[in-house]
Amino acid sequence: MKFTKDHEWVEVAGDIATVGITAYAAEQLGDVVFVEVPEVGKTVKQGDQLAVVESVKAASDVYAPVSGEVVEANETLGDSPETVNALPEAGGWFAKVKLSNAAELDALMDRDAYEAFLGTL
Amino acid sequence: MSGIKIMRYLPLTPEDRADMLGVIGAESIDELFVDVPAVARRAQPVDLPFHAGELEVEREMLALSRRNRAASEGPFFVGAGAYRHHVPATVDHIIQRSEFLTSYTPYQPEIAQGTLQVLFEFQTQVAALTGMEVANASLYDGSTAAAEAVMMATRVTRRNKAVLSGGVHPQYVGTVETLAHAAGVATDRLPAAIDAEDAVIAAIDADTACVVVQTPNVFGTATDVTKIAAAAQAAGALLIVVTTEAVSYGLLKSPGEMGADIVVAEGQSIGNGLNFGGPYVGLFACKEKYVRQAPGRLCGETVDAEGRRGFVLTLSTREQHIRRDKATSNICTNSGLCALAFSIHMSLLGEKGLRRLALVNHQKAVKLRDALAAVPGVQVLTPRFFNEFAIKVPGNAAELVETLAANGVIAGVPFSRLDPAAGLDDVLLVAATETTPDGDIALFSKALSKVLAQ
Repeated sequence: MKFTKDHEWVEVAGDIATVGITAYAAEQLGDVVFVEVPEVGKTVKQGDQLAVVESVKAASDVYAPVSGEVVEANETLGDSPETVNALPEAGGWFAKVKLSNAAELDALMDRDAYEAFLGTL
Repeated sequence: MSGIKIMRYLPLTPEDRADMLGVIGAESIDELFVDVPAVARRAQPVDLPFHAGELEVEREMLALSRRNRAASEGPFFVGAGAYRHHVPATVDHIIQRSEFLTSYTPYQPEIAQGTLQVLFEFQTQVAALTGMEVANASLYDGSTAAAEAVMMATRVTRRNKAVLSGGVHPQYVGTVETLAHAAGVATDRLPAAIDAEDAVIAAIDADTACVVVQTPNVFGTATDVTKIAAAAQAAGALLIVVTTEAVSYGLLKSPGEMGADIVVAEGQSIGNGLNFGGPYVGLFACKEKYVRQAPGRLCGETVDAEGRRGFVLTLSTREQHIRRDKATSNICTNSGLCALAFSIHMSLLGEKGLRRLALVNHQKAVKLRDALAAVPGVQVLTPRFFNEFAIKVPGNAAELVETLAANGVIAGVPFSRLDPAAGLDDVLLVAATETTPDGDIALFSKALSKVLAQ
């Protein structure tokens, strides 16, 4: 699993990257009440807005940690957005993106680096 | 006078202005307005005397106002989006209470329960009238509500085109086109048609986010849009139903019952005067599943820490003070006082009262129809109407309206005034309401017969 400074995580299997927000982000947001997932087929560039997550405290954009085409969106979040709080780094994933540039992954943090980054916040 | 300091009301000196212009790199204040087309900019100041006494100004303004003729001063048959109805004195009395008159946007529920409760009840009334699940706390007017509805449909469907029927009020079409154009949304407006709301069905394609129809439409024609709703939804598009005469909800099947996804209406007819064309009050309602994409304020019911009923603004994360440029709408203001007037009048009328009011309106329009249809040369064009309809007159309707005005009758709105390019110069839109005495109807038909016989 790789991480961004915007608190997204990405896990790659083959050329498919699953994207979500980290446990830290989910805890900071508080109770998530709504998630807007991207449309399947949408092409995103690294850093583009991918999804919107809304909690009782705030509404935030989720950015694409990698470039590619959205091949699947987690539609179950529509009915149960609380999964983002319960299982942020598993069932609370937002979208699956087919990688168009796997080299982008190299610049992302591993878990140790991300933990160290959190220590600086 | 030397030695006396003159206190100025203008806080900026020419030096202050020059400094600020220097910072932003502009030569003059006029440069800040270059985006406004040159023809719309005034090259010279308005020619007014430098000063005048209060009494002189009052006299001047009174003389100017006497050049108007108020709707209540004689036979008056203007509709086409703005309707003269009786507004009970109670409405003015209540809206002038300072708690309502001076209150601003109710961000803070702890100090604004009264305003919030009014908005909640307004929403409840709008939802009931339109037959929809959710209504917002109002928008500016019917036309801006229509434009907001189109933008909302593009967000819901992620498609980029709106199809508008030939029965939608041309000025509403203009407002929709203005906003859609700026937002990169395509619009396909069908040719003006008296009774062809169904024509939108054939224009739906894979890019269509929504179809916009109006009932009663600008020609007064009432249409059951159930089939249009089904066709739009089967193609993945939303049906937006526009109504300019809210009193019609008292008699006609509601847009919600006919399957509308979004309903927008002008609410001026209920509780609000003609007000020289504004401020009015835009009604906006939709299916609950689309509420997150809805524009404007939503007021919700809740309980406080002690379990007592209370009201708050809800789903505010859609709005621009939180979502900034990604807000569902950048119009967060509404015409709160007009919405209050609407709510008070609705409360006074009740369901039965509204129905009776609507019935009287229809009866008056039927009388007007019968009277005008009997005038030689006049043809009634609208097949099914509520309180207004279109007639075909021999010759030019705009000229006829001027001639009748000179004869003391304000006869209605020539369609060419709303849509000069439609080629319907002989079409006149006429309306009757509960404020139309039978005697005025007789005066109208008599004056019309006389003028046409000349």
